[in-house]
Amino acid sequence: MSLLLQIEKVGHSYAGHTALEDVNLEVAEGELVSIVGPSGCGKSTLLRCIAGLVRPSQGRVVLNDAEIEDVPDNLAVVFQDYSRSLLPWLSVRDNVAVPLRRHGKPKAERRAAASEALEAVGLGAAAQKYPWQLSGGMQQRVSIARALAYKPALLLMDEPFGSVDAQTREDLEDLVLQVRGEGMTILLVTHDIDESVYVGDRVAVLSRAPGKVIADLPVGLPAERDQITTRELPEFVRLRAEVGRLVRGGSAPVAS
Amino acid sequence: MTAASIGRRPSRYGLGVLTAVLHRWLVLVVGVAAWELGTRAAASAYFPPPSEIVARMYHLWFAGPASRLFLTPTAMTNIVPSLTRMGIGLAASVVVGVALGIALGRSERAFEYLDPLFQFARVIPPPTLVPVFIVLFKIGSQMQVASIIFSAIWPVLLNTADGARSVDQLQMATARVFKLSAADRLFKIIIPSTLPKIFAGLRLSLSLSLILMVFSELLPGTANGIGFELTDAQSRSDLPGMWAGIVLLGVLGYVLNTVLLVVERRVLAWHRTSRGTDN
Repeated sequence: MSLLLQIEKVGHSYAGHTALEDVNLEVAEGELVSIVGPSGCGKSTLLRCIAGLVRPSQGRVVLNDAEIEDVPDNLAVVFQDYSRSLLPWLSVRDNVAVPLRRHGKPKAERRAAASEALEAVGLGAAAQKYPWQLSGGMQQRVSIARALAYKPALLLMDEPFGSVDAQTREDLEDLVLQVRGEGMTILLVTHDIDESVYVGDRVAVLSRAPGKVIADLPVGLPAERDQITTRELPEFVRLRAEVGRLVRGGSAPVAS
Repeated sequence: MTAASIGRRPSRYGLGVLTAVLHRWLVLVVGVAAWELGTRAAASAYFPPPSEIVARMYHLWFAGPASRLFLTPTAMTNIVPSLTRMGIGLAASVVVGVALGIALGRSERAFEYLDPLFQFARVIPPPTLVPVFIVLFKIGSQMQVASIIFSAIWPVLLNTADGARSVDQLQMATARVFKLSAADRLFKIIIPSTLPKIFAGLRLSLSLSLILMVFSELLPGTANGIGFELTDAQSRSDLPGMWAGIVLLGVLGYVLNTVLLVVERRVLAWHRTSRGTDN
């Protein structure tokens, strides 16, 4: 597996507040890495640095051997706040199809690609509706479909399931596991310890602010995962305890 | 500019709406009846009864042949020129106001430099500038349209700038992430998200343009228009004719405003509903 993303000594301060300090992380192609940390540890800032929305004040982020200076071409983001990220005046299908305009595809193809992506997230029937006619979980599915249709090399997810109920959250976690097979590399930021272990190939733990990576743990769970049985496995129980201690303590890493 | 949130509550359908409409019309009917009785009892030449005013309106403007939509030649020289000038003035205000407003709203620096200037220009009572326009332009349509534009442009411009400034940051971040072109950002994000504010400005601009339309026609040297008919009737001591002009202006204002509200409801359906169900 070749290296897709390198985060090198990234630090970021704004308005006298240091959000990130000396963050180092490498992500290989096709990996799903969870970034977990206590609230306010700079997780979202890190993700915005990777997305090119924020220029880090120190260090650099390298994607495909090129330093990120602006938003890279082959990157998509699923934001936590789906209700503000989707456009209420466009239908669900147009929300998914509009970003595809720059690929120069004709309208019919864009719509077909949008319908296909909506089909993939189980929303084939809602294409003509408007985002505000859907439940929160369905709206977040739309923004996942928008990212999928865009076919990015790197998909960033910023607390994507932070605003939905527990049941919907599990469904969406399984949706992420299902779509990761499509050759996409995924970086998922969350404050939920169980979630970071359940969906990740690796879990990177950030310390309290200023955030830095205090542990990078491989997840030794089978690729096929299930909300009930996977959470019963000794490896899951062990990892979630370890990550939990790290997040709560935010102190010295425990040997893995 | 707080008119933005008028009439946003979705009402219940069925009987409730019917009785509400009935009540509203009932008040109007009672009011007109009282007016009729009062003026008949007073029998003052200055206050003709509404029935007489309506009869005058009919003979003056709407007794024409069916082939001309019942409009009389007087209507063609009164109503049509007035509405044409108002239409041109309002349309120009909207086009220029929206374009400038968006440019202003999206540029932090331009906004900060120009906002005080515009706020100042906005509070100048528009009629005071009509004499300036009389000097600048010929008396007649040019001057009248200029007066309408100068008053009607501010609400649209300032509301649009305000709306364009407050486009959701996350929507703009989404546009950056998905690399939307400048045109797509404008037409798919900035303009739609500014539309509620544009309409709020438009409602104010509409009533201002009606005021300035009449005002610019009241001046000497005007040859046609509803305002001209009004002063003309007054100079001929044709009091029912004068009142007919006043009532006509009220009706026009009401109809135009209603049309605008209907258009707004259609265009901004997403806005009303998405706000209504948001929690």
